[in-house]
Amino acid sequence: LCPPVSPRPATAAGRPGPFGFANAFLPCRYLLCASGDFVKVYSVNTEETLRLMGGHADLVTGIQLNPHNHMQLYSSSLDGTIKLWDFMDGILIKTFNVGSKLLALYTLASAEDSVFVVIPKNGERDTFQLVSVKLTKGASQDLESKELSVVLDDVGPSMKHIAFGREGAYVVSVKGVNLQVYFFKRKLLNRFSLSTVKTKGDNRFSCVVCHPTEDCLATGHADGKIRLWYVNFHHKKEYTYSALHWHHDIVMDLAFSVEGTRLLSGGVESVLVQWHNESSCQKDFLPRLGSPIEYISLSSDGALCCTLHTDNRITIINSNLRFSRSIQGLIKSRDVKTGLVVDPRTKALVLNGEPGHLQFYSLQSDQQLFSLDIVQRQYIHEAGLKQSDLVKVAFSAQGTWLATVEESEEVTDPELQLKLWFYHEEEQSFQLNTRINTPHDNHITDMCFRDMDELGDDSLILVTTGRDCVFKVWVMVEDTDPEAQQSVSWTCDFVGSYHNYQATNCCFSEDGSLLAVSFEETVTVWDSLTWDLKCTFCHPPGNIRKICFGRLTCSKYLIGTTDYGFLCCWNLLTCALEWNAHLNVVVLQPDPLSEHIAAVSWLSKESSLFVFKPNEPRPIYIQRNLCKEKILLAAFVPRDEPEMISSEKYLWLRKSQPFFLTDTQELMTLSTKSLEERLTPSSKQLAVEESLPVTPFSLLLGKHRRQQAQEDIDLGKPVVHNKQEQASPAVKELLHTPAHVLPSASFLCTIFINSLLISKENKSAEEVADEVEMESEKAEDDSDEEDVTAMEQEDTSHMELLGEMPCKLSKSQEKELRRIRKTDYSWISAF
Amino acid sequence: MAAYKPVVVQTCPRLGEKITQDTLYWRGYKTPVQIKEFGAVNKIDFSPAPPYNYAVTASSRIHIYGRYSQEPIKTFSRFREAAYCATYRDDGRLLAAGSEEGSICLFDVSGKAPLRQFEGHTKPVHVVGFLSDKYRIFSGGDDYSSALWDIPSAREIISYSEHTDYVRCGCASKVNADVFITGSYDHTVKLFDARTKSSVMTIEHGHPVESVLLFPSGGLLVSAGGRYVKVWDVLKGGQLLVSLKNHHKTVTCLCLNSSGQRLLSGSLDRHVKIYSTTSYKVVHSFNYATSILSLALSPEDETIVVGMTNGVLNVKHRKPEEKNENSQKKRQPVYRTYMKGKTYMPKQEDFCVSKPVKRVLRKYDKLLRSFQSSKALDAVLEPPIMLHTPEVTVAVMQELHRRGTLRSALAGRDEKQVNLLLTFVARRVIEPRFTSVLVTVADMITDIYHPVVGQSAVVDKQFLKLKEAIGKEIDYQEELLEVLGMMDTLFATFTKKSLEENKSNGVKEIIQTNRSY
Repeated sequence: LCPPVSPRPATAAGRPGPFGFANAFLPCRYLLCASGDFVKVYSVNTEETLRLMGGHADLVTGIQLNPHNHMQLYSSSLDGTIKLWDFMDGILIKTFNVGSKLLALYTLASAEDSVFVVIPKNGERDTFQLVSVKLTKGASQDLESKELSVVLDDVGPSMKHIAFGREGAYVVSVKGVNLQVYFFKRKLLNRFSLSTVKTKGDNRFSCVVCHPTEDCLATGHADGKIRLWYVNFHHKKEYTYSALHWHHDIVMDLAFSVEGTRLLSGGVESVLVQWHNESSCQKDFLPRLGSPIEYISLSSDGALCCTLHTDNRITIINSNLRFSRSIQGLIKSRDVKTGLVVDPRTKALVLNGEPGHLQFYSLQSDQQLFSLDIVQRQYIHEAGLKQSDLVKVAFSAQGTWLATVEESEEVTDPELQLKLWFYHEEEQSFQLNTRINTPHDNHITDMCFRDMDELGDDSLILVTTGRDCVFKVWVMVEDTDPEAQQSVSWTCDFVGSYHNYQATNCCFSEDGSLLAVSFEETVTVWDSLTWDLKCTFCHPPGNIRKICFGRLTCSKYLIGTTDYGFLCCWNLLTCALEWNAHLNVVVLQPDPLSEHIAAVSWLSKESSLFVFKPNEPRPIYIQRNLCKEKILLAAFVPRDEPEMISSEKYLWLRKSQPFFLTDTQELMTLSTKSLEERLTPSSKQLAVEESLPVTPFSLLLGKHRRQQAQEDIDLGKPVVHNKQEQASPAVKELLHTPAHVLPSASFLCTIFINSLLISKENKSAEEVADEVEMESEKAEDDSDEEDVTAMEQEDTSHMELLGEMPCKLSKSQEKELRRIRKTDYSWISAF
Repeated sequence: MAAYKPVVVQTCPRLGEKITQDTLYWRGYKTPVQIKEFGAVNKIDFSPAPPYNYAVTASSRIHIYGRYSQEPIKTFSRFREAAYCATYRDDGRLLAAGSEEGSICLFDVSGKAPLRQFEGHTKPVHVVGFLSDKYRIFSGGDDYSSALWDIPSAREIISYSEHTDYVRCGCASKVNADVFITGSYDHTVKLFDARTKSSVMTIEHGHPVESVLLFPSGGLLVSAGGRYVKVWDVLKGGQLLVSLKNHHKTVTCLCLNSSGQRLLSGSLDRHVKIYSTTSYKVVHSFNYATSILSLALSPEDETIVVGMTNGVLNVKHRKPEEKNENSQKKRQPVYRTYMKGKTYMPKQEDFCVSKPVKRVLRKYDKLLRSFQSSKALDAVLEPPIMLHTPEVTVAVMQELHRRGTLRSALAGRDEKQVNLLLTFVARRVIEPRFTSVLVTVADMITDIYHPVVGQSAVVDKQFLKLKEAIGKEIDYQEELLEVLGMMDTLFATFTKKSLEENKSNGVKEIIQTNRSY
């Protein structure tokens, strides 16, 4: 039985940024974030994803903590539902069906059992209204809440355009150059608008926040100004404002501190600005946060602040404006030019990350492993600047060498640099070995290493192809100075060209003996020893888009795709076309561990996947309509161990797993398992201990416990029994039952003794020892809360084992004990 | 959060040879002294005993020079025709030389007339030497034979005629008094033991052997002939250790330095190459005016004497060692001040507070960090930076250009500053590593300041200078392109030839001309 294979987003973080907004801190331990169709719960201390709450059918647009119960969370989505969650356990409590698209969600402590949402106005496009929704009460889980009352008309669609004032007395909405204030009690609506004539810049509103204690609101504007309004709300049309100006471009978000003494603002400069006492002279900065700030949120106790960035990253900042940590999944870059590359060492996906950086993204943990600074220049966030960025990446077979190409965006003078990095074992990072300025006179189109495991580093060759009509072969040379320590550098060995055509692709055969280079319409095959041209293939019309060699049993085939929608397979032995197919292939990706080659076609607004072997023209697997977006890149990630797949149809998925990146930068995969199955067990467990605050007493107690545990271990064998009796539920029940309800000791004695006996099918000595170790580990965990999640995964596996064993052994006893407890009461009443 | 990244200054690898310990050592010679001899200098030999005089054999004379003398302190001119290979004995008191007429003369260094004359060779004797027991002489002649002579009795002990061509070089072992080797134009080197009747070992060099050398240990043998210098392991029965091909004409002479760590070879290609005897790589080389015939190093490498084909003797003396007293005088920091608290080892329960490392930024980096473009440019236009590290100036200009603020940084400057800028641009714009950036800068300067041209004579002069520099560079590049065109033609003809050859072999291949990048 094989579950159906279906394309799914591998990680919700692969979506265009965490779309949601509200990052609610609960006792400063959890960070909630809407991400795609999910709501994620992160641990603030460990940056780990603790829980992934899925249930919405469309993007989650807003999340708010229940003001009456801080363990509960409301979330709204484009699918028209509001859901109430217990995020500690990840349980969906209720679903309220509203019926229309929900674009933002607000809750108020003063408004009993109703929430505010932004919905599109009926019949009109691009106009939205703020409505209050009465959350119907009922026992069932799914409820209809169609009781809507309009609060404000003509509001902005983003959650940043509406704010609720002090104690929920009024609501403020901004749109364009208009500001509306509505007073709930007096049912009064005030409208103001900024004049567009006088000011030079674009003074439209971008966001609004209200002061938590005063009648004051702050608005951000598109020209970078922040206006503080001291609205005399009792008189119509009377308002004053003062302007704060530091940002040079649009103010993306604002946030008041809990006391209202500080105002935080952020924008495209990726600098967090802190304004003191609403005066423009006193301000602090936290510069170079990496990418534009999209949202700012503060924890309820004001100790932490977090910023959400456009590149799918959350930064947590201390109250004294010090960078604390960051939560980052797959960083969204402006443009993935490098393609999807798999690091042979860590099996991580490697692609463009922050500007000028290469991100190593671990697929297992949905986390960024590290980010390698390639360009090593200060990045300036400013529109219209010609930035230089990474365009090509290649790894050697062992992952010891990394080649990168960077170029600036200028068309005429691309400022090319080829860099070769060596993996330093001791420092566990890549170090720059050689930098080559202008390796080609024009843009580099492709780059590949000769992959030869058996020959070692001496055979390592790098080939680059360029639009300057040549391909170049780079080799390693040892430094000539005999006294210098042995070091190597790279130098050009051979320059080849073919009829002055632009070189577009290059590829080495599996054994490294042949190099295929495509020159516009022609594929040329070169001998990698002598650099002689061996033969040429051509399939007019149309330029060659991508080429690759077959592997293993199909190594005599060369596959190529052309612009006019042909997939061709040439036989290298006969130098003739073996077969061709009419298919508009966008992506051609060979599996490094098998003969299979995946081709993704793009036809009439849908991507389809074809998997085939070069030796037969019939595809092994076809998945039509893989997704609506255009797939731009693909990669096969080798599995750690071959997966057991029974169905013949999916056998090609056994050794490695394909990943696809679409033009909206969504990362997708094909899997035989459902998403829930693939989640690591650690994320399922929300450590209970973690919710306990760290007090000096608990620290003291923890230290004491740890010492005790240490002593226990030293004592050795006797501990086993100790732990055993504690672990047994029968004994636990016995010990926890109040003494006055227990029957006489003589009655309980046999049960108690029995429960202490080790039954025959119980664990071997080895397992017992294992258990002791685990127990001590657990004791440590109790005290040392910082490390809880680091060990979680390990813990859970042990826990299961432990939980089962004593259960089996004392089930009968337990029953008996229960029966006894039932009888207890009558026995007492008899007195 | 990332820290500010300083501007990357592109450092180009220094062109030409790298500075190593060897280059420093071999450069430590004064300007050479040139002495004119009467004919081609075929042998130079240093006396092994102080004061290390050297004997120079040229034409029909043997001159003895003192260490610093420009004039010969003694001359042996009793030869009717050419003299060859004047060699000192180990104690420096006797001198032996071969001659064109076939006789070998033995001189006392202090006397004038030959002490002994050994007759026996029928053709010119090109090689003479003392065995290490000091009482025997070996010789080799153009009559294909090599012989051993007894000094006291002036008689021939033994004669070997195993070579099949002229014997032109030889060398005696320093460890064994009976062993000597000779090299001949028949491409072989033969090792003789005076106790046996025939040669003990024959080594095929592959080219006419011009010079042979035994290492002081006696285990390694170096032979030079053709363009090759080959090193052989004698103890392993003449196994080839390494073959060096660093000259492009015949290697004529070999020599070891005093420590035995370096091997020197002189060649007709006017070069002396110095090899490391551990790695056998060239560590240094000297250029000379004409083809080199002979070469000698004095003990302690004090003097290098090179003899040329045109009869010029080139003498280089070592510079006296400079004593760096200044560095010695520099006061050392007080031990107590700097070591205070450094030796304390933190205990297990100690809580260590690490001090954040303060990063020192250059002045221009500080200014760039705070987006002060004009001031950052000012900072790198300071004369010390501009003169000694122009790459820093150019790197900052490039960074400003990348930020799009170069134009505003260049604008609004007074006459003096514009003059400074233009001087820099005019001087550096022709350097290939700076050209791309400085062309943009020059463009912008002309753009910004063209309305005020003619108001200042100084600036106008600089503009003219810039124009001149660029014009020169363009002419130069044109010439280079012409040369490239010529070379392409040559390459094309070469390709055609090899194509024809290939066709005759029946192989059809397309040869790509490849120019190394």
